[in-house]
Amino acid sequence: MKSIAELEAIRQKTLERVAYRKDADSDIRVVVGMATCGIAAGARPVMLAFMDEIRKRNLQNVTVSQTGCIGMCRLEPMVDVIVPGQGKVTYVKLNPNMVPRIVTEHIVNGNPVLEYSIGASEDQ
Amino acid sequence: MDFYRAQVLCCGGTGCTSSGSGEIIKRFEEQIVKFGLDKEIKIVRTGCFGLCAAGPVVIVYPEGTFYSHVRVEDVDEIVSEHLLKGRIVKHLTYQDKERGEEQHLSLESIGFYQKQKRIVLRNCGVIDPENIDEYIAFDGYKALEKVLTSMKPAEVIQVVLDSGLRGRGGAGFPTGLKWKFAAASKGEQKYMVCNADEGDPGAFMDRSVLEGDPHAVLEAMTIAGFAVGATEGYIYVRAEYPIAVKRLEIAIKQAREYGLLGKNILGSGFDFDISIRLGAGAFVCGEETALMASIEGMRGEPRSKPPFPAVKGLFAMPTNINNVETFANIPQIIINGADWFRSIGTEKSTGTKVFALGGKINNTGLVEIPMGTKLREIIYDIGGGIPGGKKFKAVQTGGPSGGCIPAELLDIPIEYDTLTQIGSMMGSGGMIVMDEDNCMVDIARFFLDFTVDESCGKCTPCRIGTRRMLEILDRIVNGKGVEGDLEKLERLGRNIKATALCGLGQTAPNPVLSTIHYFRDEYEAHIRDKRCPAHHCQALLNFYITDKCRGCTACAKVCPADAITGVVKERHVIDTTKCIKCGSCVEKCRFGAIEKR
Ligand SMILES: Cc1cc2nc3c(=O)[nH]c(=O)nc-3n(C[C@H](O)[C@H](O)[C@H](O)COP(=O)(O)O)c2cc1C
Ligand code: FES
Repeated sequence: MKSIAELEAIRQKTLERVAYRKDADSDIRVVVGMATCGIAAGARPVMLAFMDEIRKRNLQNVTVSQTGCIGMCRLEPMVDVIVPGQGKVTYVKLNPNMVPRIVTEHIVNGNPVLEYSIGASEDQ
Repeated sequence: MDFYRAQVLCCGGTGCTSSGSGEIIKRFEEQIVKFGLDKEIKIVRTGCFGLCAAGPVVIVYPEGTFYSHVRVEDVDEIVSEHLLKGRIVKHLTYQDKERGEEQHLSLESIGFYQKQKRIVLRNCGVIDPENIDEYIAFDGYKALEKVLTSMKPAEVIQVVLDSGLRGRGGAGFPTGLKWKFAAASKGEQKYMVCNADEGDPGAFMDRSVLEGDPHAVLEAMTIAGFAVGATEGYIYVRAEYPIAVKRLEIAIKQAREYGLLGKNILGSGFDFDISIRLGAGAFVCGEETALMASIEGMRGEPRSKPPFPAVKGLFAMPTNINNVETFANIPQIIINGADWFRSIGTEKSTGTKVFALGGKINNTGLVEIPMGTKLREIIYDIGGGIPGGKKFKAVQTGGPSGGCIPAELLDIPIEYDTLTQIGSMMGSGGMIVMDEDNCMVDIARFFLDFTVDESCGKCTPCRIGTRRMLEILDRIVNGKGVEGDLEKLERLGRNIKATALCGLGQTAPNPVLSTIHYFRDEYEAHIRDKRCPAHHCQALLNFYITDKCRGCTACAKVCPADAITGVVKERHVIDTTKCIKCGSCVEKCRFGAIEKR
């Protein structure tokens, strides 16, 4: 038999999995460019690294989705991180090792990792 | 708990299952394994989304992309394009017929859903009905927790009374009042019964709730059991609903495992358990006294009331019986309060109502609207209007107990009392739309034919009276109606309504009386002019060859009655006295020259 506290635990735990069927607007979105160019440049390991990190840290309200080619294929793998109310940050030329920092600093703490972002890359 | 980046919700409702969603789900599961996506994408089988006309339906979250009419062959493309590469497969998405352009609209943005308010159906198409955890995640069993830990039975009843909830099974009796009677009644054992017999032709609201959100009904029955002091529950569901029965069985088993059914629920000391009883599909078994007789193992025949079930019901004990949809409202009312519920709908009809929209309408399916919504909004805004540019003629509500509502009354609000005033009724929620091609006499005949078939035969007015009415209608549609038939129908109808034993007989004349009231001229055309204005009644139609005829002789050759004569390359003629109206000539004619008039 389950107690009320146990039901609440099930509720919270399952909600993580089903929440975005409810309202997607409040979520932080990680959008990975996964067209042919992105995949060829290694977008899949990057996406899996994001998912891994999110799972490890048990983050709620983060969705990972994919998108097509944005037209800047030379900068792939590219990932947009969209925090509601803060706009979009586009990260470029990513590899899986860069992902944990983005998750910790940007998604968890709200500070975009500027040196990985498109602005920094294009200035060089 | 694993993190999935995307979830594919496949409809497992009856509509989509019969159009092949089982195969589609299987294919998705195979394909995501093939592409190595099975750790990141979850396939979920849900209940009905409501837009069965667009089925099989598949929704992909987080985008909420709505794929309609999905075929097994389409699955590979959705997996390799959308799930793997993140490109929505536009040509497979739902096309909003009203807007006439192809666009990948998300579920919430299409006209069909915008005017709806989903309380009863809130979880249908959203959760996996075979997974109790998903129900719990969407506030499931929270109402039961609240009731068992912080409320007294009388307080629960008061909330339901204050909410203004009325029975969704047909008669619209205030639910709180019913519970109050059952609670006040004394007996060594009390029972809680859920009426899931759903016998109206074309209605499938209750089935969808049971298939899409079975735990909501279990939770509500437990709450109601606590409120009235019942410890045993029965769900009476028709055997023709195999998916609903299976999901109920799974749900009951899971609820027992979690201690949400059985002894000492949530440590409160309250015991309650539920069993399923299968009905064999007789319409009259939906009537509460017949239903209880059937559960007891007797013939499903009604008895006269009083005594009401609250006093002497199942096994002669105090019993409360409610409809599936009525129950499905309860957890939400407990969680959000009576005032919240009253804020939806109208003064005397609070909350929402689910309708099964069918007939001559673009978006056939299941809709849930706030009470007080106008018929016009349902038919045009939600239903997407009449197909083929035809003219709306009437809408039938309340099934075999209801009546037809003509175009002039399309702006009335949908409420229990307004519908009764205009000679129809809310009923359980069937809504059949008719256009100019439907003959109203034939519609009335159709429903009466159904009640004559389903009459249990226990009382004379229903057994014999409805049959006499049907004979008169048969005569009229066959061109043998005589003056005075309408008056006879009206008198018989009134007498049956006044004297029949149960609701079946008491309402059976409604479809006839309401069509005579609003479409008397159509009846008169059949009787006096032997003409069917909708060109529907075969016996009253004649076939004519128009001047489009090129004299190819094909019709004359195919006519089995030798009724067509004519010379090659000249217009042919049909001898209407010989014509047997088989229609073979119409099929054969390549010039569309033969018309029915
Ligand atoms: C012939 C006949 C058929 C009925 N069929 C159903 C039915 O299929 N489902 C249902 O819930 N109520 C049906 N009813 C109404 C029930 O008798 C009863 O009023 C209802 O279950 C009460 O529940 P409610 O107060 O929640 O509406 C039927 C009544 C009659 C007279
Ligand atoms: S059965 Fe699938 S939408 Fe209704």
